[in-house]
Amino acid sequence: MKDTERAAIAQRPLLRVEGVSRRYGARIGCAEVSFDLWPGEVMGIVGESGSGKTTLLNCLAGQLAPDAGRVMFDTRDRGMVDTLDMSEAERRMLGRTDWAFVHQHAQDGLRMNVSAGGNVGERLMAVGARHYGNIREQAIDWLDRVEIAEDRVDDRPSAFSGGMRQRLQIARNLVTGPRLVFMDEPTGGLDVSVQARLLDLLRGLVREMGLSAIIVTHDLAVVRLLADRLMVMKSGHVVETGLTDQVLDDPQHAYTQLLVSSVLQV
Amino acid sequence: MISVENVSKTFTLHNQGSVVIPVVEGASLVARPGECVALVGASGSGKSTLMRMIYGNYLAASGRIMVGDVDVALAAPREILTLRREGLGYVSQFLRVVPRVPTLDVVAEPLLALGVARDAARERAAVLLRRLNIPERLWRLSPTTFSGGEQQRVNIARGFAHDYPALLLDEPTASLDAVNREEVLCLIEEAKARGAAIIGIFHDVEARDRVCDQLVDVTGFTPARGI
Amino acid sequence: MSAYNFAYLDEQTKRMIRRALLKGMAIPGYQVPFASREMPMPYGWGTGGVQVSAAVMVPEDCFKVIDQGADDTTNAVSIRRFFQATAGVAVTEKTAEASVIQTRHRIPERDLRQGQILVYQVPIPEPLRFLEPSEVETRKMHALEEYGLMHVKLYEDIARHGDISTSYAYPVKVEGRYVMDPSPIPKFDNPKLGMAAIQLFGAGREQRIYALPPHTDVVSLDFEDYPFQAGKADHDCDLCGAGSSYLDEVITDDAGGRMFVCSDTDFCRERREAGHVGALGVEAVA
Repeated sequence: MKDTERAAIAQRPLLRVEGVSRRYGARIGCAEVSFDLWPGEVMGIVGESGSGKTTLLNCLAGQLAPDAGRVMFDTRDRGMVDTLDMSEAERRMLGRTDWAFVHQHAQDGLRMNVSAGGNVGERLMAVGARHYGNIREQAIDWLDRVEIAEDRVDDRPSAFSGGMRQRLQIARNLVTGPRLVFMDEPTGGLDVSVQARLLDLLRGLVREMGLSAIIVTHDLAVVRLLADRLMVMKSGHVVETGLTDQVLDDPQHAYTQLLVSSVLQV
Repeated sequence: MISVENVSKTFTLHNQGSVVIPVVEGASLVARPGECVALVGASGSGKSTLMRMIYGNYLAASGRIMVGDVDVALAAPREILTLRREGLGYVSQFLRVVPRVPTLDVVAEPLLALGVARDAARERAAVLLRRLNIPERLWRLSPTTFSGGEQQRVNIARGFAHDYPALLLDEPTASLDAVNREEVLCLIEEAKARGAAIIGIFHDVEARDRVCDQLVDVTGFTPARGI
Repeated sequence: MSAYNFAYLDEQTKRMIRRALLKGMAIPGYQVPFASREMPMPYGWGTGGVQVSAAVMVPEDCFKVIDQGADDTTNAVSIRRFFQATAGVAVTEKTAEASVIQTRHRIPERDLRQGQILVYQVPIPEPLRFLEPSEVETRKMHALEEYGLMHVKLYEDIARHGDISTSYAYPVKVEGRYVMDPSPIPKFDNPKLGMAAIQLFGAGREQRIYALPPHTDVVSLDFEDYPFQAGKADHDCDLCGAGSSYLDEVITDDAGGRMFVCSDTDFCRERREAGHVGALGVEAVA
């Protein structure tokens, strides 16, 4: 990307979240969350289980309807549009093109009875690709980018290890060149060494593709390595935001201080 | 150019009886282009804290911290990220990297983040690693397994990969042998020659006297304690 | 006969089914839910087709039933007798004479004409079912025209077998809108789906009805580099010598002996009566 293009794009946020709230009956899922996400930025959302971070992610990604608020996205053809006002067809189309969602459990984001190539190719076919040879070529190219050997293209994910499944899920999501990726605990449940490999891969892809990403995790090490900015949630409320290293090294809120000091140092 | 004006910093420990600890008060200093300023003072006097505030790693409680035309004390995260990518380098004492990434790419990363082509970035990284005497056979390995001295040199190579107009150096010559120490001092002198404004912490007095134009004793910014 | 209402079903039920049929005709390829009734035969024996036939039948009709092309199999015979007993309509084995033809797994070889009705027995009406088990999700996919998944199935075929190996129930797109399962007919029959007769599809267990009005635009799904091909056994009928009809393979002894015969028994009989003889055939007894 040329510098001039980068500058032109960066003049407005890719995602603008305003006052998003979601309740479960009397209980608060998330309350009054607002922030801007700029092109190329990776934002981490941290907090313990039940802090509302997954609820928020689902509200942002259109998988859960918030009770209040706006989720504005800078669409390619219409500029800033509130995704909550979109028709379901439009929103689902966004979910197959400019947006991607990486689930914590790969089996939630993959078709386990479809080959690796078919899993990657699905998004291409969903946006109209009808040439088998081209679809397969792109699928193999993407498997290579996530370090899955070409000769595994016809194997089903059920024959893959946990780390491979997660990498396959990432390939399946990124093949249509999305601009915004939502990730829910992308490294959860993986061995530490596998996590490192995945983090490295994600970092490289984020930089090369100029992706913006929102990553929900309870793992502070993951956000330190992946996220530019951090949002700390507690009981559905955002208690602190800022640069990732600033929030982790100089936490201002009592809860963040507790969270940071609870991590075992290695 | 880096200018710090009347900056203060306190830590509030919410989980320990909300104790408020003042650590820096009324700090002011200026590093002009081509100038290297050394922060001096006893351990615990706030040298590192001041450096971290300039880098945006610690929040300043008050005052102005201008790096180029950005006030770090007020800037939005996005502005600080841009500043760090383009205008302000930091060589810390510790190397923090993603495990498994080859040393060559660790050093090239600041250039890749600026959009430099991979080959050109790696070429520049190779030049620096060679100067700092990291054997070529180690370049494909992750630096996480290296010795302390090797890690420190990788860290320095990374910090000098891009020609930042402003640089922060935290003990750049610590744990280095004479040959590598000389290389690092040359790198600092070259940076000054191209007009970089540098602020550093040097316990190595000889090195400090050689590259620094000005000493600032931060003891003067240390608030009275134990009230 | 007087013990039953005409064609077994009560008039209210027939009206309900006819409403579903009309809606299906108005939206070709769209699956219309209907309140499928218990029929005096097990699910899987054509309860959907029987209800549709009962709803469209009038006393003047001439009725024909085929099962995989044959008029003389158990299933075909019992459904034919069922309507003889409950509706008293005329029955025939001749495709040309029939006004309503109920079928399982075949379209007759002879071109159907305007005024005829072809009723299909459908086991699973949802073409997306095998890849997406959720009915809620598949309905949404139909509503929003999200059919990428259908091609995933074809992709898997080619990846695994080197070619689109789906040989029956081959998915089609109707009037550029709905993707439809043409019931388990061989893909050999797919090109005939744009026929002049009315085609009605009934799935009893799944409680769905769908339809194709005459001359509907029906396209079999495929890839640009793997175009749809209607295949059949590379053989002629051993009884009537037909080279272009869909064939059944029949094992004739324990020594590996086999023969190929037209699956459409009426078509084969007509040809033999007209004097055509296949490799293993004998002169028809006229």
